[in-house]
Amino acid sequence: MLEIQNLHVAIEGKEILKGINLKVNTGEVHAIMGPNGSGKSTLASVLAGREEFEVTEGSVKYMGENLLELAPEDRARKGIFLGFQYPVEIPGVSMVNFMKTALNEKRKFNGLEPISASDFLKLMREKKEIVEIASSLTNRSVNEGFSGGEKKKNEIFQMALLEPRLSILDETDSGLDIDALRIVANGVNKLRNKENAIIVITHYQRLLEYIIPDHVHVLYKGKIVRSSGKELALELEEKGYDWLKEEAETQ
Amino acid sequence: MSAEQDQILEQVTSNEYKYGFYTDIEMETLPKGLNEDIIRRLSAKKNEPEFMLEYRLKAFRHWQTMKMPGWAHLKLPEINYQDIIYYAAPKRKVSLSNLDEVDPELLATFAKLGIPLEEQKHLAGVAVDAVMDSVSVKTTFRETLAELGIIFCSFSDAVQEHPDLIKKYMGSVVPYTDNYFACLNSAVFSDGSFCYIPRGVRCPMELSTYFRINAFNTGQFERTLIVAEDDSYVSYLEGCTAPQRDENQLHAAIVEIVAMENAEVKYSTVQNWYPGNKDGIGGIYNFVTKRGICKGDNSKISWTQVETGSAITWKYPSCILKGDNTTGEFYSVAVTNNYQQADTGSKMIHIGKNSRSTIISKGISAGKGQNSYRGLVKVLKNADNSRNYTQCDSLLLGDQCGAHTFPYLEVDNDGAIIEHEATTSKIGEDQIFYCNQRGIDTETAISLIINGYAKEVLNKLPMEFAVEAQKLLQISLEGSVG
Repeated sequence: MLEIQNLHVAIEGKEILKGINLKVNTGEVHAIMGPNGSGKSTLASVLAGREEFEVTEGSVKYMGENLLELAPEDRARKGIFLGFQYPVEIPGVSMVNFMKTALNEKRKFNGLEPISASDFLKLMREKKEIVEIASSLTNRSVNEGFSGGEKKKNEIFQMALLEPRLSILDETDSGLDIDALRIVANGVNKLRNKENAIIVITHYQRLLEYIIPDHVHVLYKGKIVRSSGKELALELEEKGYDWLKEEAETQ
Repeated sequence: MSAEQDQILEQVTSNEYKYGFYTDIEMETLPKGLNEDIIRRLSAKKNEPEFMLEYRLKAFRHWQTMKMPGWAHLKLPEINYQDIIYYAAPKRKVSLSNLDEVDPELLATFAKLGIPLEEQKHLAGVAVDAVMDSVSVKTTFRETLAELGIIFCSFSDAVQEHPDLIKKYMGSVVPYTDNYFACLNSAVFSDGSFCYIPRGVRCPMELSTYFRINAFNTGQFERTLIVAEDDSYVSYLEGCTAPQRDENQLHAAIVEIVAMENAEVKYSTVQNWYPGNKDGIGGIYNFVTKRGICKGDNSKISWTQVETGSAITWKYPSCILKGDNTTGEFYSVAVTNNYQQADTGSKMIHIGKNSRSTIISKGISAGKGQNSYRGLVKVLKNADNSRNYTQCDSLLLGDQCGAHTFPYLEVDNDGAIIEHEATTSKIGEDQIFYCNQRGIDTETAISLIINGYAKEVLNKLPMEFAVEAQKLLQISLEGSVG
């Protein structure tokens, strides 16, 4: 589904990603871990199409297409979803209006008629259960006045509504208490299936106790320094990142 | 009747007007410049009664003693008042033989403003008075309204047919001494609309005035007077446009509203005068005095405005809450893009007991636009239990525009409750990217965000106006982000 080859990315002349190689197949869950500043969020942003990052080398293929040529909204319409680390507030725009607009843009792109208001409300009700969010939340403005936990749940709720092919969850676990973490993780697990793929970006192994990844990668100084199965996460939890850092430095 | 209205509007507006450039349509004009002779000739052209000429001359003499106000947060260029034509009227003798001659741009402009030209608009039943350059071209639905005793006609007609009402109410809310531009208007105003709702009558349709500047080098000075007698109700709409020109043109209008006991007047404006081009060349200078008085107890005046046009806007729709239990409201969205400047807001003067006022002002600045809110809330000594709530929000797009807030509070009654809230926010790249990432393109994202921001005000507009206003906001801000 996704194939990243030798991806180099710079922001304001400073190189942040220095040759990433990653292949994600349908039905897989990949975890990308690594210490602060290693480039995890940059990778997520580049995949979603944030403009301030400059791709200096390498390629990204998504469903056989050159992803880097697509506008961010087209990537989204083709099924790429980014769960934001810091979801943005949009005052005055209700969640209902926002999500209906988003869904209809996607439907239009796929040659479908706009969803009817009643069908949309039904769909919302259905999806709300996945992340156990309160009804009142969807009547409020997008993320406005939401608690940290509500914002993250709201991201997963949007993921549920848009049914993406490839979801990139950028530190969805940060700022969550244990109950919220469980709810969010359960939500993700419910959405996981053979047709889609998920990239989970996280600092901590904790989230991976709930969302069991097929592959774990460690990103350090803009490179994937180790890839392995889910056991790598446990090893990191135990030993921290230092041993990998040392290993990387000596290479 | 709707067909008739259609025909009238199309004829008058298309016949004597071509959009965007000056045509050789025969105009009847007075020479440039301003002096007593011009005023006498203007008054004579309109065949005005003596009291009207007197009023004009008094105003003119007073105006000569006044100076242009400099307190607004505006970069005001020098205006040469001798270089303006104060009277221009299309000679309405050409008859339109072919409707295909109607300029599609003009029709589109009408459509954008919600001017009832299409069939469905007729069904909504909006009576229109169209004022082009110096004269009111036609008032529709006049007879239907007359059956209810409602007078809705051009100001000139009112001067001829209802001189007593004009004498009684003209200048009673905005005296000619009020301010520089109001004084100028009082001297040279050419036409406008007059509306009188008799006691106990609820006006069954929206009344609408459509103002258009067409001629070159011409100032537009119209005035509107609305009188709502006891227990009456009227909703009034005003739209304005002007063609694109490199020269600035002056518009100085007056709107006066009188609301008697239990009367309610809603006044909605969608102002879309030509704003000048991207580099700030041309555009209308819009200096308008709008004021209403809630004269009788329990009366209510509500101003709603969407201001997207003009190079310079200077405008403070106000309410004098004279009666007890009166209500004044002001809802505003003002957009400045490119080099537009706006200094706008409201005044709420609380005189009566239990008087209430609400000010919701939403400024949107983009490009190099400068947007100022200026508002006065004044509570007089005897206005017990009066309340004001002011909310004043600014939205910035880009990093070269400005938003400014100048609230004035003068409270002489200890029991008054005054609230003022203000916020400034920015449409961030982050918000747009968030929308993009959900599959919403940038243009749709901006209109979603802007409309979300302006929702409280747009909701106050009559239905069909609100839809047009939304589109207008979108058009005004096109290309201002990203």
